[in-house]
Amino acid sequence: MSRSLKKPPFIHYKLASRVENTQAGGKKSVIKTWSRASTITPDFVGLTIAVHNGNKFIPVYVTENMVGHKLGEFSPTRTFRGHSGNRKDKKR
Amino acid sequence: MARIAGIDLPKNKRGVVGLTYIFGIGPSRASTILKAAGVDENTKVEDWNDDELAAIRLKLGEEFKVEGALRSEIQTNIKRLMDIGCYRGIRHRSGLPLRGQRTKNNSRTRKGKRKTVANKKKAVK
Repeated sequence: MSRSLKKPPFIHYKLASRVENTQAGGKKSVIKTWSRASTITPDFVGLTIAVHNGNKFIPVYVTENMVGHKLGEFSPTRTFRGHSGNRKDKKR
Repeated sequence: MARIAGIDLPKNKRGVVGLTYIFGIGPSRASTILKAAGVDENTKVEDWNDDELAAIRLKLGEEFKVEGALRSEIQTNIKRLMDIGCYRGIRHRSGLPLRGQRTKNNSRTRKGKRKTVANKKKAVK
């Protein structure tokens, strides 16, 4: 079920303030976050955000098309390297 | 012969059913269109006169995206997902279900025909 529209989109409060500060400061530094459930708002565009995938931080460069998605969608948590004996996949 | 949105409608079907032959028009949209055009749902497609046909065309043209336009919209949406590299886009790329269904077995619609692995060793009893 989608989120009620009377509420604003969910962004972790610390992440929101970090984004605001970096956008205002003009200095583009990578923001580390564990908050995969935060929605990407138009403020995020142009920033690089390192999103935790449970193991390490995946840098995500936010473009305009990503607005409305969640941060976690860009940081895959599973790695599938192909089945055994599948030579083609192994080479990659 | 009634031709709407580049599709020949089957002439011996009821109006509502006939309209559903257009991609993007299902039973519910078909009945809204016919209601707006002032045509009875049970009139056969071949019995529509020119005025009715024009009214249906007008209603369909101004309100709904059908056939080619709709297909290309769907394709661009999918392409967008793939380009931004989000989870759904990745699943589209690898041809697997997008919405968290299991893939251990089933999900044959997305994965296509079974690809049997040849020379698989049999379990030793």
